[in-house]
Amino acid sequence: MSRLSAAFAKGHPALVAFVTAGDPTPAATGAILDAIVEGGADVIELGMPFTDPMADGPAIQAANIRSLLAGTRTVDILGIAKAFRARHPDTPLVLMGYANPMTIRGGDWFAAAAKDAGVDGIICVDIPPEEDAELGPALRAAGIDPIRLATPTTDAARLPAVLDGASGFVYYVSVAGITGLQQAAQASIESAVARLKASTDLPIAVGFGVRTPDQAAAIAKVADGVVVGSAIVELVAQHGAAAPEAVRTYIQSLSTAIHAAREGIPA
Amino acid sequence: MTDTRGDAVACDARQSPLERGRILLNAGAMNLPSETTPPLAQANSLRQQPDDNGHFGQFGGRYVAETLMPLVLELDQAYRAAKADPAFQAQFDDLLEHYVGRPSPLYYAERLTETLRESAPDGKGAQVWFKRDELNHTGAHKINNCIGQILLAMRMGKTRIIAETGAGQHGVATATVCARFGLPCVIYMGAKDIARQAPNVFRMKLLGAEVRPVTSGSHSLKDAMNEGMRDWVANVHDTFYIIGTAAGPHPYPEMVRDFQSVIGKEARAQMLSRIDRLPDLLVAAIGGGSNAIGLFHPFLDDADVKMLGVEAAGRGLDKEHAASLAGGAPGILHGNKTYLLQDEDGQITEAHSISAGLDYPGIGPEHSWLHEIGRVEYTAITDTEALDAFQLLCRTEGIIPALEPAHAIAAVAKRAREMDRDQIILANLCGRGDKDIFTVAEALGVAI
Repeated sequence: MSRLSAAFAKGHPALVAFVTAGDPTPAATGAILDAIVEGGADVIELGMPFTDPMADGPAIQAANIRSLLAGTRTVDILGIAKAFRARHPDTPLVLMGYANPMTIRGGDWFAAAAKDAGVDGIICVDIPPEEDAELGPALRAAGIDPIRLATPTTDAARLPAVLDGASGFVYYVSVAGITGLQQAAQASIESAVARLKASTDLPIAVGFGVRTPDQAAAIAKVADGVVVGSAIVELVAQHGAAAPEAVRTYIQSLSTAIHAAREGIPA
Repeated sequence: MTDTRGDAVACDARQSPLERGRILLNAGAMNLPSETTPPLAQANSLRQQPDDNGHFGQFGGRYVAETLMPLVLELDQAYRAAKADPAFQAQFDDLLEHYVGRPSPLYYAERLTETLRESAPDGKGAQVWFKRDELNHTGAHKINNCIGQILLAMRMGKTRIIAETGAGQHGVATATVCARFGLPCVIYMGAKDIARQAPNVFRMKLLGAEVRPVTSGSHSLKDAMNEGMRDWVANVHDTFYIIGTAAGPHPYPEMVRDFQSVIGKEARAQMLSRIDRLPDLLVAAIGGGSNAIGLFHPFLDDADVKMLGVEAAGRGLDKEHAASLAGGAPGILHGNKTYLLQDEDGQITEAHSISAGLDYPGIGPEHSWLHEIGRVEYTAITDTEALDAFQLLCRTEGIIPALEPAHAIAAVAKRAREMDRDQIILANLCGRGDKDIFTVAEALGVAI
């Protein structure tokens, strides 16, 4: 069983925690990731900074800029991942980012480098299924899960194309918009997750706009995982290199709520 | 259907500029030697790109977030239907004729030609002709595309328009068509560009548009485009994004090219009508490349017509510039694969040009393809060379060009001196320079 499959088979919903690599500096990210694991997160999403993060809201845009200004290079991100894997052999690590930094040296190079760094899955925001050839075959050959995004605009006719070739988990983007701003209505999340579950056996993680433990717990009642990103990134912005303590406390509040969300609910 | 649309349909019976062009073109064809016979449908035509998924060779495509994919596919379907609908074409042609002022003149620049001959070797000094797209309503070629896209937006039932702008010409053109058709309009513009293009910002506001300053990234055109994408993804149900250049996810590069191809179609017919031959060389400036592809595309199968695209070399190709082909590498940005200015990690680097309209770190994907197959030659002109050409055209022809076509004129000046006197260069004068007088004054050290 892959690390990702195992993370979603613990008998409780999973917390997927996002943080931007190299924010505020490449050297600071390791301790922040450790705090996220200590706080009880089940899956790590490590953001690869990009100069033009078109799908991200102000919080993650700013994190991208801080990271790039601190001199973060692709080799640093791979180094952060590799060191994380050495410290945390069992916690799945997913790289999330944009097509250009992932494909600039070719999909095969990136897949091999990610594999070598102990990366389990890749989320590429701007490679839709139609352009899968850019990266998908290389990832599958390397044994890395290409994680696909489904959104409120992904209708029933299109969903099979999104799921074809997806593995690891499906990331349901609950809001048509950018990261970190609006929250989706709980009812719309519930119907979307039900629709996805009717079409795939892959775990469904729901993200975009999730901030509070209550919100996360409500989503965890129906989804296999809850993704939190901007709220964590904002703590890093606020506390800088001293962020691990604040991040650990916040992650704990989320993981406690998420892990207990289905207690008392018949499976 | 609105009253204005009714007016357009009522004009159907009249001859559109495009129809007249076809008649001229056919009339010209009868007298032509075989090597300049206008191309018909050809199996190996260069005018059949892109493929169904928007690929021009390895370039183009649809690299957008999943939220936008269904919209991009819907747009593609809607554009196919519009392209096949004679009523849509008729409405487009009618507005281009009566609102934009097309066809734009084809003009022989006699004094510029003579002036260039003075410094040319004996027997050298090609004739320079201009396609006068700076005479369009709003002062540039940008309006051609905006007319086409807003008609498509209304056909799709969209009720809100967004656009990005660099120098402000596309923003002004978009605000203009939104005022004309009564649709609300939001223009994203880099904070840096807002500061250096104040007159255009005021124009957009007069036309009823909301101009939103973009303070992310480098505060310029690429960031305005990012912000346009972010707006679109958050307003998918009612919003149409009018992209200003022949770039972005499929079908934008094809669609913008098709709307701008009126430039080349007219020019081709006008050349045949006026002097019964085609030009030897076409020249156009390239930021994203919409005026250039609009001029070039109808001539792509005319094997004897050479083409030269002119990128902005800024302070020099070894310094800061905006020449994606000369100084970039293939990559993925803003929905398409194309040549980009970037570092070895794929981070996008900032472009520089004295011309805000060329100040973009990418280029339309069809140009990347034409570059790779060698059909079009690309060169680059520095800020200083463009400023010289700007002044040259002012003084020899009484035409104040925009800084964008000033780059094309600088390249024309170099090539004309190397070509024979009976040869013909046709350059696209894609915008007028009123917007640039402050920039030029500052560059020349003049206080106004």
